[in-house]
Amino acid sequence: MAKMYHKEKSIQIKSSASALYNNLSVLRIAPRCLTYFTVVHANVVNMVSASWDGLNYSHRQLQSKEGNVATSSSLIMQAAWCVLPSRDLLVLTSQKGIQMYESDGSIMVYWHALDTPETPTAQAVFARGIAAVRDKYICVGVSSGSVLVFDVPSKGSNITLSEVLEEHTEPITDMASECSGSMECIADLVSADDSGTLCVWKSGGDFQLLNKIPGFDTSCSSVKLWKGTVIAGYGTGQIRLYEGVTGILHAEVNAHARWIYSLDIAPFTGLLLSAAEDSLVRVWHLTISPETNNVEIEHLYNECVTDSQICGAKFCDGDGYAFAVTGYDLSEIIRYTQA
Amino acid sequence: MSLRTLPLLVLNMGGEMLYILDQRLRAQHETDDKTQRGGWSEDDRKRVLNDIVRSMFSKAFMEELMKPQGLYSQRALRCVLTRLAHTSIMRLNPASMDRLYDLMMMAFKYQLLLCPRPRDLLLITCNHVDAVRDMVKDSPCLINQINDAQRQILEMYTPLSDGELQFIRQTLLSLFQDVHVRVSIFLKEKIQNPDGRFVLPTSGPVPHGSDVPGLIRWFNSRGREVRRREFPSGGCYCSSLREGSFDVAGDRVTRLGTNMYCTTSSEDTRTSDSSKNTCKTKQQASVHPNPLAKEELNLLAKLMGGMEVWNLASADGGVKVNLFLSEQEEDDGGISSGGDEPAFGVINIQATQDHQVNTELTRIAEELLVQQDQPELPSNKGDDLLAMMDEL
Repeated sequence: MAKMYHKEKSIQIKSSASALYNNLSVLRIAPRCLTYFTVVHANVVNMVSASWDGLNYSHRQLQSKEGNVATSSSLIMQAAWCVLPSRDLLVLTSQKGIQMYESDGSIMVYWHALDTPETPTAQAVFARGIAAVRDKYICVGVSSGSVLVFDVPSKGSNITLSEVLEEHTEPITDMASECSGSMECIADLVSADDSGTLCVWKSGGDFQLLNKIPGFDTSCSSVKLWKGTVIAGYGTGQIRLYEGVTGILHAEVNAHARWIYSLDIAPFTGLLLSAAEDSLVRVWHLTISPETNNVEIEHLYNECVTDSQICGAKFCDGDGYAFAVTGYDLSEIIRYTQA
Repeated sequence: MSLRTLPLLVLNMGGEMLYILDQRLRAQHETDDKTQRGGWSEDDRKRVLNDIVRSMFSKAFMEELMKPQGLYSQRALRCVLTRLAHTSIMRLNPASMDRLYDLMMMAFKYQLLLCPRPRDLLLITCNHVDAVRDMVKDSPCLINQINDAQRQILEMYTPLSDGELQFIRQTLLSLFQDVHVRVSIFLKEKIQNPDGRFVLPTSGPVPHGSDVPGLIRWFNSRGREVRRREFPSGGCYCSSLREGSFDVAGDRVTRLGTNMYCTTSSEDTRTSDSSKNTCKTKQQASVHPNPLAKEELNLLAKLMGGMEVWNLASADGGVKVNLFLSEQEEDDGGISSGGDEPAFGVINIQATQDHQVNTELTRIAEELLVQQDQPELPSNKGDDLLAMMDEL
């Protein structure tokens, strides 16, 4: 197999990546020829801004917040950019709550504290799973299984919690919104939890549950939604492709030998990226067959990140021309571009 | 993160500690160095192990361990494990404890990383507990204690979902993040790279419940498979082994968590199954200088070469153990070489004073320590070491 991608110069980050699902977020800022990356390390988010010519890198670190405490040791579970038509926001979820920043991390515009019990119970409390939906919603998952829906104005900090969706009973692991850009798709959002249950939603003033796909008691750690197809990655190393609205299973891939930590889609080309604790990153191609309207999946490429348990993998652009990878204990973002 | 990490931390790292202490005390007994003051008898070794096991598996201690609580910092965890070690008649100076702790940390980090699926962490814990039970097999009372504790642990963790167990594992991994101490036994066995990172193989059996990667299957709307195709997996995997037992006794299948200090190395042509010869082999191997010894903590070499033990005047006196190589280092009052170039960085998540050091848990362990302490110790340079230990 000819090498589809080759390795580029890595970006060094200030501290190593923690072992968390989906531990890499990428925001491409075309007008300024910059790409932003975030990687979570314990109670800190490492943010790097990289110029496309490879000459300029600037770093910033964001801390978790905890009520009125000056320094917080509350651990961050996930950091991700939410791209809305009018603005981009950087969202951090932690054991204590949800923080939202302007996209460059300069100003925190919103803080939502999670309800925590007075005395510690055996069940930990945290927020995890972040998605921007349609024009004005940011959805965040919680360890109780709830999905919080925030209404985001086109500017300013008047963000409000508009709805709480209660369908999941296990901790939310990941969430994704329809990323193909197509307005024909009915389903806007998919949420996944530790039991592998997938909920497919339509957004609106009141979010509507379109389908609830049962899991098999296997955690779904990463999920994507593209052209109405739910792409789900599991702890067993399998990837499953479901038709979102009907819940029909179209394909099942024995993709990895260990727990999958990250999935990503390049929406313009249908390239799919999967990464797992088995040190492997795989690139696949998804197409919708015109005759059957079913999704097709084809394996294209493997990349082995030697001796690393990968915790984040994302495409750097909508075509999938380049992708970036993080691994537990690694203090660098490894990059690959098409040969 | 997870509130259920402490029992697994203490049992697994405590288990590693017992493996190392057992192996060191056996080696000391076998060197039979007549120049040492006094000796280190088989009875002494058994007594040390029994005392530590009795504390570690005591009802009160286990009860405290199993309460839901946040992740301990490295400092608090080390304090608990040090106190446990000192519930025996043995005393370790701070530098020895440093190195012992590094070895324990790296062993458990290795087991966490290589753990095929999160649930196997319970099997690794059971391996440690099984081995400890075997160490104290002459004491039915201790065996009962261990069985009770193991039952409680299994009751607590077996019902958890895979997602929750992975969450526990991720919490534990965060504690050992950025710790890359090089350990000579790991380097020699090629499970650790020279930079301190562990080797993660892309071959072997897949975890129980997973399938060998390399297959895509398509289904129709009625759930029937209509097509399948293979793809190159880039690794060399085979089907999973049978599942290990989650009972109080049983075949755990995985080798992770078993005693790696007493297994015959594959290069060793001697087929004797006695652990004596293996220990001696390793002792000789460590005499050859490691070219990187200046920059790295060569834990096992130091542990091997320098265990000097002396009995105090009274037959029941606390036995001090010095793991240093030379008299010179001993005269320095047991100050470790940590000032020069620490070969690792330990993450202190808590910037403020560590309140966990004063928790109920360490209080109970302290009480056990006080019961074992001898009222009077003859004054010698050992007193300085004891005073330093109290400051931990």
